[in-house]
Amino acid sequence: MSDQEEQRTWSLSKQEKRLSMSFMYVTFISLLIGGLMGLLQTLVRSGTFSLPWGIGYYQILTVHGVILGLVLTTYFIIGFQYTLMNKTVGMSHKQRQTAWLGFWVMVVGTIMASITILLGKASVLYTFYAPLKAHPAFYIGLALVIIGSWIACFVNFRQLQVWKKQHKGEKSPLLAFMVVINMLLWFIATLGVAAAVLVQFIPWSLGYAETINILISRTLFWYFGHPLVYFWLLPAYMAWYAIIPKIIGGKIFSDSLARLSFVLFLMFSIPVGFHHQLTEPGIDPVWKFVQVTLTFMVIVPSLMTAFSMFATFETTGRKKGFGGLFGWFKHLPWKDVRFLAPMIGMLAFIPGGTGGIINASNQLNQVVHNTIWVTGHFHLTVATTVILTFFGLSYWLIPALTGRKLTSKINKLGIIQTVIWTVGMTIMSGSMHIEGLLGAPRRSSYSTYGGTEQASDWIGYQIAQAVGGTILFVGILLMVYIFIQLVFFAPKGEEDFPIAEEEPDAEPTPRFLENWKLWIGLTIGLILIAYAIPFMDIIQNSPPGSPPFDWPIGNS
Amino acid sequence: MHLHKYERIWLLFGTGSLVVFLLIIGFGAFYKGAQPPSEKITIDPQNVEAQESFKKENLGLTKVEDGKYIVNVVASAFNYDLGKDEDGSNVKKLRIPKGSTVLFQVTSKDVVHGFELAGTNVNMMVEPGYISSYETELNETGEYTLVCNEYCGTGHHLMFAEVEVYE
Repeated sequence: MSDQEEQRTWSLSKQEKRLSMSFMYVTFISLLIGGLMGLLQTLVRSGTFSLPWGIGYYQILTVHGVILGLVLTTYFIIGFQYTLMNKTVGMSHKQRQTAWLGFWVMVVGTIMASITILLGKASVLYTFYAPLKAHPAFYIGLALVIIGSWIACFVNFRQLQVWKKQHKGEKSPLLAFMVVINMLLWFIATLGVAAAVLVQFIPWSLGYAETINILISRTLFWYFGHPLVYFWLLPAYMAWYAIIPKIIGGKIFSDSLARLSFVLFLMFSIPVGFHHQLTEPGIDPVWKFVQVTLTFMVIVPSLMTAFSMFATFETTGRKKGFGGLFGWFKHLPWKDVRFLAPMIGMLAFIPGGTGGIINASNQLNQVVHNTIWVTGHFHLTVATTVILTFFGLSYWLIPALTGRKLTSKINKLGIIQTVIWTVGMTIMSGSMHIEGLLGAPRRSSYSTYGGTEQASDWIGYQIAQAVGGTILFVGILLMVYIFIQLVFFAPKGEEDFPIAEEEPDAEPTPRFLENWKLWIGLTIGLILIAYAIPFMDIIQNSPPGSPPFDWPIGNS
Repeated sequence: MHLHKYERIWLLFGTGSLVVFLLIIGFGAFYKGAQPPSEKITIDPQNVEAQESFKKENLGLTKVEDGKYIVNVVASAFNYDLGKDEDGSNVKKLRIPKGSTVLFQVTSKDVVHGFELAGTNVNMMVEPGYISSYETELNETGEYTLVCNEYCGTGHHLMFAEVEVYE
């Protein structure tokens, strides 16, 4: 029996389904809370609404960033990846128990951090830049979320390792390979932020250390901050490479190419954090440029992915007999929400990725740095490309986990949801991009800046953002409704778990692609090249440290 | 590893464009000197006055020679200190003649701030312990808003000043 046939017969056990579903519950609760905060922000910034009961704008901004950026994404990804692993390589009883431990550690951390933010003791936004000082419970909560996610990493590593032992000499299932790459990336990247939180922030916020080295904390944060976005993006890529082809009735374009692009993401997504720090002092411009160059390397696997996707679409369409230059394009299953939502996500990545190239460019960054353009950029990449793909996955994943069917009525609602999301995001993200080019800052509450002409030009775009934000919130309500339908009310039945296969005559995948020692070694090598010297430089040239400041955020 | 012919062309074209783009950026950075603000000068954030540029009397706009100016700024939550005018009140607006070369030097005495002259390339992070500086030519008349574009606390959006470039 080949490993592909085996993939098809491996079914998820009840306990495995329950594990993945717990992650999904947290995901959709987060979507509702975080989305509501987003709506309130756009309303406040339009200048027509003020928050009641003494709630602060920066408090809800912190909730929005932490809940959507760190909680929703991490939970969805880990839950989704468990199902991929369980489906392709299986999970033992012991592994499942460990996975539950990870889940609860994350939940405890999430609750700790959330309560601290809700009490107004941690309005430091999701970047928590020192020397703004939040309550220690905030940092400890974040550390627990990270530690919980590490447990998930080790469970996934172990799952593949056990499978490899039982299948000597066989190549690993593609999706399991991809999950392990993504978790490796996450583990290596979070080492940075964990070091900052454990060694710097927690002792300093508890009063055991008098001062903190700002530049080191920022460098460690951004060492994590860029790979973080690839940790979000890679699960979407998994779906595009290995799941969408099945949904449209085709085959995987190339197994080796998919693996190669994931390996390139692992190597090039980590040693690039300085492009977030281009406009700050204390870092040598030569090293900034080196990391800009490395940043641009991640464009190569993105180009490979784009090619593979459209090659799959065209090959599949032509095989079905749709000729002409674009006949195959018209005949894609646009009425199937499992295809439509991720497809719009992919299309959004064309302008999204282009904006990313602009942000990472040495001098262009200076035009857009910390303007609301950046906010527009990640609402196009993360909140459209990634989230629409996650939504698209949910339409079959949730029924598969709950033992229900995706009915044609829910499919229709899903299509409406996708359209609402696209329209809302086009308006909101579009006006953010334009407003940013005009110089308007991000992360600011409503302000007329003393009534200057420039500031009054910005208000119109902020009203447009409120319109877009309102449409998006309607989309969130609809998505939560769909989730509840799929969990509790849809008719019982078996839903497909679509995993695409290779062409029967596909060329064998080269063995070196599974040489973990080689890829991890190269990644560490690149990190050392990009960080070792500038990091020593930062330590040797460091100014006196900073004492904590709690009053600017209302935490005194 | 086998790559399809069209894919090879696509990747060659893509990677080629990247190389060209990086060469342009590198040329701009190392030949034309268009570097991001990266002064590696440190300062004690709790005693910024110890540095000549940030003594109380040196803050704000200073004319160095014809068409050359320095602007020294101490940022703090939630204010840009641009010095005092003749009446002893805080300066909130700078007036600079068109075509001047201006060197902005900024430091923070508490938390991290942003320093952005909206509509120009003056856009820097300001961090306690470091001096951020950027030199530019102001060639277009108009009123520019100086905004803090990095979150510095609950009064962050009230931190601003104005720069007028006049004919």
